[in-house]
Amino acid sequence: MIRLDALTKVYATPQGQVAAVDRVSLDVAEGETCVLLGPSGCGKTTTLRMINRLVVPTSGKIFIGGRDTDAADPVLLRRTIGYVIQQIGLFPNMTVAENIGVVPRLLGWSSDRRRRRAEELLAMLALDPAQFLDRYPNELSGGQAQRIGVARALAADPPVLLMDEPFGALDPVNREAIQDEFLRMQRTLRKTVLFVSHDIDEAVKMADRIAIFRAGRLVQCAAPDTLLARPADAFVAGFVGSDRTLKRLRLIRVREIMAPAGPGDLPAGPGPAVAPDDDLRRVATLFLEHDLDALRCVGADGSVVGRVTRAAVAARLAPEPLP
Amino acid sequence: METLTFILHNLPAIGERTLEHLSIVGVAVGVAILTGVPLGIAITQSQRTADTVLYLGSVVMTIPSIALFGVLIPILSKIGQGIGWLPAVIAAMLYAQLPIIRNTYTAIRNVDPALRSAAIGMGMSVPQRLARVEIPIALPVIIAGIRIAVVINIGVTAIAAYIGAGGLGTFISRGISQTDIRQLITGALALGLLAIACDYSLLWLQRRLTPKGAQPRAP
Repeated sequence: MIRLDALTKVYATPQGQVAAVDRVSLDVAEGETCVLLGPSGCGKTTTLRMINRLVVPTSGKIFIGGRDTDAADPVLLRRTIGYVIQQIGLFPNMTVAENIGVVPRLLGWSSDRRRRRAEELLAMLALDPAQFLDRYPNELSGGQAQRIGVARALAADPPVLLMDEPFGALDPVNREAIQDEFLRMQRTLRKTVLFVSHDIDEAVKMADRIAIFRAGRLVQCAAPDTLLARPADAFVAGFVGSDRTLKRLRLIRVREIMAPAGPGDLPAGPGPAVAPDDDLRRVATLFLEHDLDALRCVGADGSVVGRVTRAAVAARLAPEPLP
Repeated sequence: METLTFILHNLPAIGERTLEHLSIVGVAVGVAILTGVPLGIAITQSQRTADTVLYLGSVVMTIPSIALFGVLIPILSKIGQGIGWLPAVIAAMLYAQLPIIRNTYTAIRNVDPALRSAAIGMGMSVPQRLARVEIPIALPVIIAGIRIAVVINIGVTAIAAYIGAGGLGTFISRGISQTDIRQLITGALALGLLAIACDYSLLWLQRRLTPKGAQPRAP
């Protein structure tokens, strides 16, 4: 859906030419969430801003849906790309409904249709339309404002969403909540999302794939579990942290490593148990709290459907040999 | 007491002079808005142009109005308008430029860069961005500049009575030449009240045009 081909941005500085983005090539499939991750100044935001042409590339190509964006009118191109920024940037002179309706209005939708769309999006984001549509941005909390920011980006139903550290300014509790909501929405919307972050935990949670940047170069691009299991080099290993095995636990579901229930297994009844859709953080917690080597997996109806053992967890976490 | 009697006996004349005064100030400020606001927006694109324009505006402000009228007489005499309404309007218009240009420039420059970035990133063209985001947000400060311009112009126009432009300054110039304290006080009083009335009505307008979401929140 989005293809970056040797994308480069060179800035002239008093110290000479500096490549903020250096020959970055990346393919993002339709419906995929790709997180651009790295320390500040690594070129991830510049890369994002080249996609909607807020920054003009020095060289290289960007294709969206197979179309070369060089050939498109930047103003029209941007209307087909949702854009969320960390500072939110809601227009203070417009109500929530008007803010959400900005791009639809640019596209010439009728005012009725714009309002209906705003109601729909607010409902999707668990905000009561009756209460919020006619509020002004200064009457919103930070979390509410950023939800509106996301709604505004989704208003014209763009296939592509660019998010520049969208939840970076929120407190941890709000950030978790809005991340969860976004993931839930993304499961039905299946947008192609490019998401800039400097937070490895956020990246692991949100991404189908993580692209790690360092000094303008793309160092590694892989699924979160692969990235945590096999960092490409010392920089990536350092960036993902020495607790990367613990981080992997949240990515693996019990059903992936569960052995089917057989005769002589742990019986149904009280005592610690997990569900097939729990992640391994829950399993590890119960192993440690109760000093166990094996746990029952209980289905929604309360029946035992399998068991998960320490050995199975260890086998799953063992670094696979490189192909 | 004498002054009060004078005022009461001359109410129609005072009214007429006030209208003359307002016609000069109104036209001058109107033209200054039509030129100064676009200029103030245009110079946000270039720091150097902005510095030059604002500097020229400040230079104009330092010229005493009576000297400016003097300079305008020979120039406008060429079209037979050396004294009267036209030079008064031109001088007042020049004095109105700086507050309007400077406030417009400052207000547009101070629009949060994140808002500009969001507006561009969502696909607004430059005119759309100005009309829907930047000007509405900048409007209160622009109107504050217009208020300053109006008050300055009411003062400048009072002096224009000396070049035969009429207006409330006529009472003052006659009061001085005829050593008539009644006319002096009438003129001064009327000018003061006019300035206050204009300033307050523009303040009301400024509050009305401030976007609701940009007003200070009640604590």
